[in-house]
Amino acid sequence: MTSINRRDFLKLAGLGGVVFASGLGCSAARDGILADRSAAEDFYFVQISDTHWGFSGPEANPDAVGTLPKAVAAVNALKVQPDFIVFTGDLTHTTEDPKERRKRLGEFKEIVSGLKVRNLRFMPGEHDGSLDQSKAFQEFFGATHYTFDHKGVHFIALDNVSDPRARLGAPQLQWLGEDLGKQSPNTRVVVLTHRPLFDLYPQWDWTTADGSDAIKILLQHPNVTVFYGHIHQEHHHMTGHIAHHAAKSLIFPLPPAGSQPKRTAVPWNPAEPYKGLGFREIEAAVNRQYALSEFPVVRS
Amino acid sequence: MKPTVASGITLASVFALIVFSGLAVSRLGNAQTDERVVKITARKFTYEPSEIELKLGEPVVLELTSKDVLHGFNIPDLGLRTDVEPGETARVRLVPQKAGTFEFHCDNFCGLDHEDMSATIIVK
Repeated sequence: MTSINRRDFLKLAGLGGVVFASGLGCSAARDGILADRSAAEDFYFVQISDTHWGFSGPEANPDAVGTLPKAVAAVNALKVQPDFIVFTGDLTHTTEDPKERRKRLGEFKEIVSGLKVRNLRFMPGEHDGSLDQSKAFQEFFGATHYTFDHKGVHFIALDNVSDPRARLGAPQLQWLGEDLGKQSPNTRVVVLTHRPLFDLYPQWDWTTADGSDAIKILLQHPNVTVFYGHIHQEHHHMTGHIAHHAAKSLIFPLPPAGSQPKRTAVPWNPAEPYKGLGFREIEAAVNRQYALSEFPVVRS
Repeated sequence: MKPTVASGITLASVFALIVFSGLAVSRLGNAQTDERVVKITARKFTYEPSEIELKLGEPVVLELTSKDVLHGFNIPDLGLRTDVEPGETARVRLVPQKAGTFEFHCDNFCGLDHEDMSATIIVK
């Protein structure tokens, strides 16, 4: 499907609001997407975040066991299936019992195996990996930081949770610099991670301890966009020419940064069930800025 | 000047002199005898005491210990943090120059209710 057809489809289907990232100052349009891209093709992918499988808290989500399967059904119902799906961390809710952690990871993996799309990319969140340096996560999903290329876009998954201090660490930063150094300036780079790389609100732990070092490296490349989770709400921010886009959760929304004294979940509203939950589509069209579309778990 | 973190310091003695209005930090070998010492115990998922009152201009040393796992001590408003490791004592020296309430929290993910682990310093 071409980008125009894809966009028309979204409009015709009335699926969520399509936000063109240029309106957010996305670097893609400004920094030379029009350059020669013989390997590039239009595509789109889905971002799912913070599913917290294993969470229990009726005040925040009385359908904790049903929300993820509903989201899987919603993605499967998309008329045009994405090329791949990324999960930006907190797949499971934390537990100090290693057996229970593995049980939750296994159940999560089983549920998402029901997705029609087979190309799935996983990252840990602090709930998955901070208590055991992501040992259990790696047993189920492999490496916690890695790269892959898709139709002309270079994807970099960063791990800022396996160290409970919320650090990427010097070895990973070096790896990032070396990988980025191999990319052509015209290559579009997408970074996937769990925590915000910038200091969104450190008072609520919405930060990465050495995220500024990562941003310093990323700023050397002219075309970088970051997609992350952790804060359970849509959020858009610029650091220089880099756009950072946070995704909604699939368990409960959190309030805007600093809007209340404590970082407590937004209570479930029976009049508007699943409000504030959802997943995102990202359209990566050649010679165009990214288009982000937010989708609810269920249609009202 | 940013405060220095305690990570990997075997002696686990981090002394930070904070001037709230200007945030100066220094490393010191030992607490001064005229400084008030406030002991703070960290354990999942609380600090004890949870509210600490300090006097404006009074030098104080916060002595932090952990009763269980690795915790953190972070006051983002002051740009100050340190690790709090079991079996060791982290020391933070403060000279409050501004009245108010300053929240600190654990920034080392320590378990289920980690996100609720916070306490306050009240400067009068």
